[in-house]
Amino acid sequence: MGTESTIADEFKELKTVVIRFAGDSGDGMQTIGERFTDSSAAFGNDLATFPDFPAEIRAPAGTIPGVSAFQIQFGSTEILTPGDAPDALVAMNPAALAVHLRDLTEGGMLVVNSAAFTEANLKMADFESNPLDDPELTSKYELIQVDINHFTQESLKETELTAKDKLRCKNFFALGFMYWIYSRPIDNTIDFIREKWSRKAPALAEANITVLKAGYYFGETTETSRNRYMVAKAEVEAGTYRKISGNEALVLGLIAGAEKADRKLLYSGYPITPASSILEMLSNYKHFGVKTVQAEDEIAAIGVAIGGSFAGNLGITGTSGPGMCLKAEFIGLATSTELPLVIINVQRGGPSTGLPTKTEQSDLLQAVYGRHSDAPIPVIAANSPSDCFETAIEAVRIALTFSTPIIVLSDLYLANGAEPWRIPSMDGIDEIKKPIAEEGGNYTTFARDEDTLSRTLAIPGQKGNEHRIGGLEKDEGGSVSYDPDNHEEMTHIRAEKLKRIANSFPPTKVLGEKSGKVLVLSWGGTYGSITAAVSAMQAEGFSVSSVHLKHLHPMPNDLKDIMDGFDQILVPELNMGQLDVLLRSQFLVDTVAYNKIQGQPFKVKELTKKIHELLQD
Amino acid sequence: MATETIEENPLTKKDFVTPNDVRWCPGCGDYAILNSLQRTLPELGIPKENYVVVSGIGCSSRFPYYMNTYGFHTIHGRAPTVAAGVKVANPDLSVWMITGDGDGLSIGGNHLMHALRRNININILLFNNRVYGLTKGQYSPTSPVGTRTKTTPTGSIDNPLNPILFALGAEATFIARTIDTNPKHMIETFKAAQAHNGVSFVEIFQNCVIFNNKTWDPVYGRQSRDDNMLFLKEGEPMVFGKEEKKGIVWNGSQPEVIPLGDATPEEKGVMIHTPDRPGSLYTAMLAEMTHPEFPTPVGTLRQVEKPTYDAQIQDQVQEAIDSQDGKPDLQGLVNGANTWII
Repeated sequence: MGTESTIADEFKELKTVVIRFAGDSGDGMQTIGERFTDSSAAFGNDLATFPDFPAEIRAPAGTIPGVSAFQIQFGSTEILTPGDAPDALVAMNPAALAVHLRDLTEGGMLVVNSAAFTEANLKMADFESNPLDDPELTSKYELIQVDINHFTQESLKETELTAKDKLRCKNFFALGFMYWIYSRPIDNTIDFIREKWSRKAPALAEANITVLKAGYYFGETTETSRNRYMVAKAEVEAGTYRKISGNEALVLGLIAGAEKADRKLLYSGYPITPASSILEMLSNYKHFGVKTVQAEDEIAAIGVAIGGSFAGNLGITGTSGPGMCLKAEFIGLATSTELPLVIINVQRGGPSTGLPTKTEQSDLLQAVYGRHSDAPIPVIAANSPSDCFETAIEAVRIALTFSTPIIVLSDLYLANGAEPWRIPSMDGIDEIKKPIAEEGGNYTTFARDEDTLSRTLAIPGQKGNEHRIGGLEKDEGGSVSYDPDNHEEMTHIRAEKLKRIANSFPPTKVLGEKSGKVLVLSWGGTYGSITAAVSAMQAEGFSVSSVHLKHLHPMPNDLKDIMDGFDQILVPELNMGQLDVLLRSQFLVDTVAYNKIQGQPFKVKELTKKIHELLQD
Repeated sequence: MATETIEENPLTKKDFVTPNDVRWCPGCGDYAILNSLQRTLPELGIPKENYVVVSGIGCSSRFPYYMNTYGFHTIHGRAPTVAAGVKVANPDLSVWMITGDGDGLSIGGNHLMHALRRNININILLFNNRVYGLTKGQYSPTSPVGTRTKTTPTGSIDNPLNPILFALGAEATFIARTIDTNPKHMIETFKAAQAHNGVSFVEIFQNCVIFNNKTWDPVYGRQSRDDNMLFLKEGEPMVFGKEEKKGIVWNGSQPEVIPLGDATPEEKGVMIHTPDRPGSLYTAMLAEMTHPEFPTPVGTLRQVEKPTYDAQIQDQVQEAIDSQDGKPDLQGLVNGANTWII
């Protein structure tokens, strides 16, 4: 429940609020969640979001598998996660109530569309009786029943829309009502609706606006809600902000990285949840010289990217776990030929098809080790939606500077989640300098830079630099070699080259004291929850610090010293303990793994509980 | 540009030979193909540095190591994807993709199909010897039913693929067939492939001297070639035989071999080769004409014009760039449409 203080009779001021919109996957919950996010961002709140939708595009209407939800936490303080538990739940039908009620904070607000609680819908949600008649529901929560269907249809009775089309607008009634309760601005939603639908379906656009307003005024003119809330603007660093999701940030980072490296970007992908939007978005940046290829499969996608890199472009491919399995052989080829290549894995739950629309960080060991033979390549991970921007640039930097394939791990939680982002100045981003070989015939394929051990590329079209590369083991000159000593030497060079990448990392940041009782050591999309938990406990005076790794392979050179400063190391992960395996094998260090494998992010309270346990040991 | 002509220091075959020892078995058909391509490339008017040879895995796929051009020996079956990436990255390059019946039609069948249907402007040479050579003699997707090999000791039972029909199914815009025993015909065919603006698919009957020796002798052997091969030439009648006294006519429902006797091909109504028919029926007819019922056709079986994938990618990017005022601004791109200032 948000922290509250009363500033006026009619408003309660809250520092943070968590709202969850839940309904059938055809009810437009993601749409109104997005709108609520934009309005809150424009109002000046900090925020984080978590869309949670089923793998089925349209599961049978009204059923439990068909429930789609969108959670947002917004506040006047720094917001690092979408929130553990909602303070308010909007349930558009009984199935949504059945799935999500268990998460609602006791005393929280429960807004239901009473019209949807028909006998048929109740049966589909496995209710034996109508839960709205249960007195416990009223005593435990602030229940607000609204016949949203009725009011939506009433407000549109003058229009010529069909009854079905009228009802399609009902999500905007719910949105309008929540705007009123949380004193959100309504205008930019109206602008959005006009911009998006006016041309295609003007009647429907105007109907949505009418219904949005009806929802808003419904709050004003009835006394359904006892409370109305106010969440002040967040005190954040001055600057220009935008809202950004993880995949958006990745795309922009890749374009910025290619621009800073003065390379043409060639992206090839195959549609897969949750990475498809990277290919979709990049295909709209042709005016930036971006070329995209929707390949015939995951293998072809990386093959096209490798061909592009060989010919002097910056080849990039993106996928999720199952696609990574298919790309493995080609990643080996890129490792052997030492071509720059960025491989993005937006992780989801597995194994196999697993949980295509749920988050997990269980592809770390695959990224680090998932190739035949000794085939070391760097692995880095993003830690928040906006951090995907910097992570993408870092990937481009490493790929080109070290002439190597690199795996970037994101995850579904970051890809689909959004947050406000203070946009950095593009002029402040360092150039990535890795020139190609000079023309003229003195080219040696595997001649190496002394410091980085990186080779220099010569590209087709350059006079005199004709050369052959391939998957067979080669000597420095690039000739095929089956010589035993050469193979051992090349294998050592590839390993050493990876190690040296760590020399280019900035010092590792420690949140909190540099030594103490507990160090929370983590990576990837768990950053928000872990930072929120650790900061809160630090404020209460507990001896806990955290390090969140971006560079996972190789790991930072200073990590061992940092670990040595703490009595215990807690490694929370949304997998069975993969970073934990790496830490133990690389540093011979005793760690405490804390694992959650539910396709859901960590809750802050789960983490604080675990840290408290360790502190009591 | 790939079409730019070189006036000074004309290229010769020697410019395309690498110092590497060629490691195919003595007597392998690949030597003749290598030699023919090395003789073709200097004559195309393309700067040497603009050639890229890409291959997959197999005996034939060692090819790039022996060509003194840019080359990429990739992984099994995936050469079409890398070749596509090279061509999309730089459409000015002349890309030659080398594959075999196992690499191209078995493990890489999917990629080959998509490279063909996309009409990427590359030249694909498929060496068909109807056997796996590099893995030492297993049957391939073009081996006839009943082929006895190490993995099919009692005879293979799966129907073979007809590479020409496969390419036609993907609506390849240029489809040709040539043979490793006829350098002149290979060179002509390679030149036609490069001249075609679009994907060019060339099946080469190739002999594996170790594991499938003389597999094509019934077609192109000294004793049989006159009667069992049909050299296709655009605009000319389909005649064959030692004295060109046999022809192919359309009998109303299918092709038929007829003796010409003393009559001219015109008098007998012999079919005229027209590879530029937009539909696929004509090429399908040629593809299905095989020894022993028919003479096996070699030459250009199909050539039609369609926009190429690589040119269209380039055009779309260029149009998008041209629609902007000046160089796009990275900061503006990253800011997007909705920002707020705090």
